[in-house]
Amino acid sequence: MSSEIAVQCRGERKEFGNGGGKVLALRGVDLDVRYGAMTLLVGPSGCGKTTLLSVIAGLLNSNGGEVEVLGKRIERLPGRQQILFRRKNLGFVFQQYNLLPALTGAENAAVPLLAAGMPKRKAVQKAKDLLATLGMGERVNALPRELSGGQQQRVALARALIHGPRLLVCDEPTAALDAETGRAVMELLAAEAVRPDRAVIVVTHDNRIFGFADAIARMDDGRIVSVESALRNGDRAE
Amino acid sequence: MNFVALKMLTGDRAKYLGLIFTIAFCTFLLENQTSIFAGILKRTGSQIADITDAEIWVMDAKTEYFEQTKALKDTDLLRVRGVDGVEWAVKLFKGSPVARTLDGKFAVSFCLGLDDATLTGAPRKMLLGSWERLREPDAVVIDKAGYVLLFPGEPLRLNRTVELNDHKAIIVGISDASAPFLSFPVIHTRYSQAVNFVGRERTQLSYVLARPQPGVNATELCRRIEAQTGLRARTSDQFRWDCVLYYLKNTGIPVNFGITIAIALIVGVAVAGQTFYLFTVENLKQFGAIKAIGVTNLRITGMILLQALTVGAIGFSIGSGLCAAFFAITLKNLPTRGLVLMWQNAIGTGVAIIFVVILASLISIRRVLVLEPAEVCRG
Repeated sequence: MSSEIAVQCRGERKEFGNGGGKVLALRGVDLDVRYGAMTLLVGPSGCGKTTLLSVIAGLLNSNGGEVEVLGKRIERLPGRQQILFRRKNLGFVFQQYNLLPALTGAENAAVPLLAAGMPKRKAVQKAKDLLATLGMGERVNALPRELSGGQQQRVALARALIHGPRLLVCDEPTAALDAETGRAVMELLAAEAVRPDRAVIVVTHDNRIFGFADAIARMDDGRIVSVESALRNGDRAE
Repeated sequence: MNFVALKMLTGDRAKYLGLIFTIAFCTFLLENQTSIFAGILKRTGSQIADITDAEIWVMDAKTEYFEQTKALKDTDLLRVRGVDGVEWAVKLFKGSPVARTLDGKFAVSFCLGLDDATLTGAPRKMLLGSWERLREPDAVVIDKAGYVLLFPGEPLRLNRTVELNDHKAIIVGISDASAPFLSFPVIHTRYSQAVNFVGRERTQLSYVLARPQPGVNATELCRRIEAQTGLRARTSDQFRWDCVLYYLKNTGIPVNFGITIAIALIVGVAVAGQTFYLFTVENLKQFGAIKAIGVTNLRITGMILLQALTVGAIGFSIGSGLCAAFFAITLKNLPTRGLVLMWQNAIGTGVAIIFVVILASLISIRRVLVLEPAEVCRG
């Protein structure tokens, strides 16, 4: 694997169900995701985008093929090591934010640090600092229900970035947002998340955000049908 | 992550308070019912416990509990005195004459006839008067609850007259005798007087009370008495337990209390389990997100158990406080005197509550453990 490649999938297959009810969600996916780039996985509903993202993130085990994430064959890691690998190296942004309703914005953003054993005060302070850089300095103590959708997604982004992951996976991050807010979130994602030592994968079917991509992998019926790259190469000088 | 677990728990105020109320209710019911149960059973041996100057009770070989007496022969007293190791032995009479006031108020009483010479077994806790006055003609000591029963609403006063089976008796003292199993007045008098109250029969001796010589083991002496006289001899503690076990085996009391205790446990597990389950299901996406982020199943199990034990500890504390308050109030009432929250019941209830909350959280834990973190990515 090239050192520029953060994620490499070869012949990735995934089936759901048994017998006559069997569904082939991935039919031999080949994909390379580069460091320092935002790669969009796009395609119609049910084409396997989220399944592929879940396999890459180690949330689902595939039925065949190889997936190498940050130099590790993630599917070969024993259960606990796979979880620890995820905790250390991956950040997640979900479509519905999935913030803990009882925690403030800063506390939510601090969860990965707390999970890693960092003392609460230190973790929350770090989260507050990060939220301030994401334009949320005034709302760090607000509960999720007191925040707008865009603000909640910013907290989710802070939660995904706070522990310095080398791979950020985002599942439909703008699907629950209006066009303007979605664009703002993507601008933030492009500005704050993409780093030379980090790869960003975004699953989306929102064509309004395609302009933020460094590469777009189009999927259909469980396969990658095309990859367009270098859309924004050079725009993001570090 | 303990902080996250506790914030999640307290964040949903309605369910949090519901869980605490359920556990507090369950605790109150368990502690209350088991303490009353234990207190009532303890009453079956109250008169045995009140006699502190003798350690050994000798009775007919077939006697199983205090109320059940078959009169011994007067010569049995001498036989017991003849057993090696007996320091002294005296007679005790137990009968149930009807006590009647001059106003016509009456009640079946619980009359203990004490050895005339020594007054062994006289009530030591006196509220008014003196047990030494039992040596006077027609003298009786009555317990406070009995006095209130016979003279309702009247102040405690000595030298009042009552009739015991139509025999005149003068109240020379009011005692604080332990509550008997049945709410009868407890009357102490001399043996010779008591047998007159009840009516003479061929044999009258209910029990022989004895004390071992210094250095002689009471249990061992009981064995010797049994071997040499053919009578039954028990230490005070053994005899009290005989009474408790008799009532446990031969009455419906354990079943009645057992049903209430079982209902408290079932309601506790069902309501707490359901609330906990709803709480978990409503947070399933969040738990999925936590799992995706890299929190292990073991840690999540620890988080849920921490939530359950926190609710259990708070609910248990509130329930115990309410139960203690209940007994503090009822302790002042004569019919419920002596019924207290025993530490053994509190500990037992604590263990039951731990069982309840862990059982209640098991279904929730299972639901979270089988949750695929990938679920969080599905819509």
